[in-house]
Amino acid sequence: MTAQSGARRKWLDRYGSRLVQVAFVAAILLLWHLATTRWGVNKILLPSPLSVWQQFVDVIRKGEFLADLQITLMELAVAFVVATVSGTVVGYVISRSPYLIKVFEPLFAGIYSIPIILFLPLYVLFFGLGPASKIALGITISFFPVVLSTIAGFGNVDRVLVTAAKSMGASDWQLFRHVLVPAALPVVLSGLRMGFTIALLSIIGSETIASLAGLGHRIVNLAENMDMARMFAYIVFVIIIAVFLNTAVSALDARGKRQR
Amino acid sequence: MTQAATNTAISVRNVSHSFGEADEARHVKALLDTSLDVTRGELLCLIGPSGCGKSTLLNVMGGLIAPTTGTVMVGDKPVHGPMPNDIAFIFQENALFPWSTIHENMILGMSFQGVPKAERADRAQRALEAVGLDEFAGHYPSQLSGGMRQRAALARALSLETNILLMDEPFGALDEQTRMVLGEDLSVLLSRSKKTIVFVTHSLGEAVFLADRVAVFSARPGTIKEIITVDEPHPRKSAFMTSARFHQQRDQLYDLLHDEIRKSMAQSGKPKRAYEDQSSRAGPAA
Ligand SMILES: Nc1ncnc2c1ncn2[C@@H]1O[C@H](COP(=O)(O)OP(=O)(O)O)[C@@H](O)[C@H]1O
Ligand SMILES: [Mg+2]
Repeated sequence: MTAQSGARRKWLDRYGSRLVQVAFVAAILLLWHLATTRWGVNKILLPSPLSVWQQFVDVIRKGEFLADLQITLMELAVAFVVATVSGTVVGYVISRSPYLIKVFEPLFAGIYSIPIILFLPLYVLFFGLGPASKIALGITISFFPVVLSTIAGFGNVDRVLVTAAKSMGASDWQLFRHVLVPAALPVVLSGLRMGFTIALLSIIGSETIASLAGLGHRIVNLAENMDMARMFAYIVFVIIIAVFLNTAVSALDARGKRQR
Repeated sequence: MTQAATNTAISVRNVSHSFGEADEARHVKALLDTSLDVTRGELLCLIGPSGCGKSTLLNVMGGLIAPTTGTVMVGDKPVHGPMPNDIAFIFQENALFPWSTIHENMILGMSFQGVPKAERADRAQRALEAVGLDEFAGHYPSQLSGGMRQRAALARALSLETNILLMDEPFGALDEQTRMVLGEDLSVLLSRSKKTIVFVTHSLGEAVFLADRVAVFSARPGTIKEIITVDEPHPRKSAFMTSARFHQQRDQLYDLLHDEIRKSMAQSGKPKRAYEDQSSRAGPAA
């Protein structure tokens, strides 16, 4: 193999998959464009990419999105923090006892597999149409992946590491801080990431069903007014926010898992 | 205190140990009425069929398991729990913290033991030099070969500067050649350091090559069946391994073990699952 073709292969390895991803998105945009210009899809149902772009620029320039974005992010932040704290504390306590693990792990795993969003009407009855019901639902839904991964992380620490630390005289606190936490961290972080993603989904989702404010609410509102181009502009905006947040959380996750 | 007592590093008296309650399905009698004196400065090997209670005895000696009955003394102190200032352990494998470098592993061990901060780096350096790993201080365990990892584990134990080392099949997961080289190195280290070592192995050759005395276990419930002496000064040379005396003592060990291994294999049809399910989980920080 020549040096040149070797370099080319490296380039392909590094950028090839990116290229396919970009091409995929471009193809969808092209199909969308063709659907609205050539194939006669009703503009009221599907506005053209260009008009969506114009609306998007307008939404950003006027800063009109700010109030809704703030509400959605606030709901997300509160729900995620509460679920993280309660999930890790409860998970850690359960992980300390084989008996508690035997009782609660299957129970939580079972609840986790239920589509909790079905209970949204109940949450609205209890907490109203405002942010409180979104926060409560977000907490409930993201608690389970956090608690389950915390149980798995702290419950499966390699025994020999614990024994070794104790034989060298580690105190309970040192054992926790220097052995249990670093050993459990990668698994717990995966759970936090999962919890974050589904909190975001359920909060925006429930905003579209029953709410007074937030990005999800705004989108449904525009749809009801048949303002489709602007609605699509908001959808694009939400996608960008979601991708940005998930990338940030994944980066933190990867950082915590580095070097092992 | 009598002369005999001061020459004894560890004294085990009538120790029996069972896992689980008597009426439980997973109840196992691991050790039965075992007594043993480990002399200061000697290397004592424990050998026996797998599952006969060697690790159990070692953990009891080091205070990691409280025996059902019987007592263990280290020097003139009764053992009631880990004694990090007197005893360091080396396990079969994977006892290095995988998220820390070799150097960090050693610093962490010393911080557990309570070594003053200022001394740690120096001691780590010396211990790594002693095992020939000083160039790998910044590596993570996963970046080293199995043999190097066990050297690192040995260095971590040496840095604790205890008089006693308890080693549970430390080379058990390594290939024959690596194991022989590490054995020779250990013999050299031992001749310099005057440490007391109890060394569990399932290799007859390793036992004869390393040990001053070899304690042979019976099948479970384990107890010590016989102790043979290997009279050869440390550091032992590889020439010892090809000598007639080496082979004769190895054969003698084999004869002693043979029946016990057969007995032990006859037992091993019994299910052990309950214990294995448990063992992979870290229990409450007791
Ligand atoms: N934590 C435990 N719980 C229950 N049984 C155990 C436990 N540890 C060891 N055993 C059992 O005790 C016996 C002796 O074990 P061990 O001392 O590890 O043997 P060896 O080291 O000689 O192979 C074995 O039958 C083993 O299955
Ligand atoms: Mg063993």
